[in-house]
Amino acid sequence: MCGIAGIIYKNGNGAHRIGRDMTSMLQSMKHRGPDSTGYALYHAPTSELTVRINLAESTAPRDLDFADDVRRRRREVEGRLRGAGATIKEMEDVNEYTFSATVAYHGELKRLADYVESVPHTEVLSLGHALDIVKDLGDAKTVAGSYGLDAYFGSHGIGHVRMATESDVDIANAHPYWAYPFSDVAVVHNGQLTNYHQWRRRLEANGHRFASMCDSEIIAVYLADRMANGDSLEDAMHHSLEDLDGVFTYICVSEDALGMAKDELAAKPLVLYEGDDMVALASEEMAIRAVIDREIETYDPYESTVMVWTR
Amino acid sequence: MDTVNQPPATAQPPEEPLFDARGLVELDARVPRVSEIDGDRATFDARSLTTRRINLELRWLLYEQGVRDVTVLNPGAKHSLGTGILTRCRLRFEGSLGYFALGMIDGPEVHIAGRVGWSACENMMSGVCVIEGNAGSLTGAAIRGGDLVVKGRVGARTGIDQKGGTIISLGDAGSMTGFMMQRGRQIICGDVGPGLGDSMYDGTLYVAGKVKSLGIDCVEGEWTDADTELINRKFRIYDLGSPPQFTKFVCGKKLYNYDQLEPSERKLVL
Repeated sequence: MCGIAGIIYKNGNGAHRIGRDMTSMLQSMKHRGPDSTGYALYHAPTSELTVRINLAESTAPRDLDFADDVRRRRREVEGRLRGAGATIKEMEDVNEYTFSATVAYHGELKRLADYVESVPHTEVLSLGHALDIVKDLGDAKTVAGSYGLDAYFGSHGIGHVRMATESDVDIANAHPYWAYPFSDVAVVHNGQLTNYHQWRRRLEANGHRFASMCDSEIIAVYLADRMANGDSLEDAMHHSLEDLDGVFTYICVSEDALGMAKDELAAKPLVLYEGDDMVALASEEMAIRAVIDREIETYDPYESTVMVWTR
Repeated sequence: MDTVNQPPATAQPPEEPLFDARGLVELDARVPRVSEIDGDRATFDARSLTTRRINLELRWLLYEQGVRDVTVLNPGAKHSLGTGILTRCRLRFEGSLGYFALGMIDGPEVHIAGRVGWSACENMMSGVCVIEGNAGSLTGAAIRGGDLVVKGRVGARTGIDQKGGTIISLGDAGSMTGFMMQRGRQIICGDVGPGLGDSMYDGTLYVAGKVKSLGIDCVEGEWTDADTELINRKFRIYDLGSPPQFTKFVCGKKLYNYDQLEPSERKLVL
């Protein structure tokens, strides 16, 4: 089933408690997907890049070698960040298998991401001037607690609660997906894509990599591919309605915008609230009401709809 | 112990619900008995109650306390509220409801001062439901009787598999409106999306706005005095003002390979 949610403040000065808001929204939709929870959150943009890197699956056995393996991979990743030409400004151990680095880097992002990911069992979760992707197993409260998201301030964000249907329950197959290798773009999706393999082969032939076996990852990579060829986010989303088959409602975010797209069958739900200073959308109104505790006017966008809001 | 400041028994907050280990299933719900009952009328605040407790409270009031008129405050867009009420009564929800609201009802007269999510009044047998706001997809799916009035817009597949009754929308309707409908009527005052009346067997669709496209075997029908009478009557009953100009759509019966009889009717004929 899965549940998706997004929130964007129009006066996007980065001072909103976006982490706490998303946790409230996602926790209220726990019944739609208790397997894993993920966030793509946007802080105020900086000139440096934030890279979030996963060094092991959260389900990996905690044997005697686990800590050593993670330490060794982290050393290698640091070396490769420097080797690719990035200057590491700051590093933070987010938890025992995730770390975040702030780097100054002016080269091609794909080269940096590919070089880092060539360390076995390592995945670049997100890369951007404002984007942080956090995803792990468990409900929103569990994930927010272990990653300290209540104190996350920003301008907009999206989230996902997953009920796994087609691929494993682990971090690699959890949403949101970073639109590798396009900085600051991420996607959450509710639905199934039926021409996944066709698009995966096509995009792999264009040089894109896939971190999972989850059909939703196609949307992120598809949008990145179109934007790399000059499309705006909104144009890329419009094209996706033609190119992707199946049933889907997805929300995607970039550094300064948040958008939704719904397939022509309108088979997957989305409820939308447009206030004076913010827009909130989710698979269920309950999630919006978790952050706006009063009666509000909401509606369901119709089939083949693409809408984009900027912060 | 100071008994003077004790709140009355009916105003006590409900106990914490006992959920299963995953926090998803309510295991042992008891009737909260938090309503203020005044003769055959009752009001209760649903803010801190779970779906199951709200429904248990409603059933307790209607079936055991002889209450005929219930107002539910702060429903909070929760799902599956008011389902399976099979008695004549008046229900008023002071706020929006979530998915599957008022499914399978038979008899109630319901007023919702807000919006509803997907599948409101699914399989309604009789009664009236007036929704002040918008409605999600699959509104009035498979209803067999009664009137369902949405004062806002409705989502996709409104009245899918409709077998009777009347659905009225003052706003627009999404795609595949009246998909596979078999009987009954829909009165849509706004525009409708693609695939209107796709694969319908019977029944009537009235549309005042633009139709994006007709579905398979849905054709324009001939307007009769009975259509005018129906529209005027429904607009008068629900105080909807003067009706706009409608176009009528019916089944073209080109895909039509079935008789129109209910099993009980077929027995009589044979």
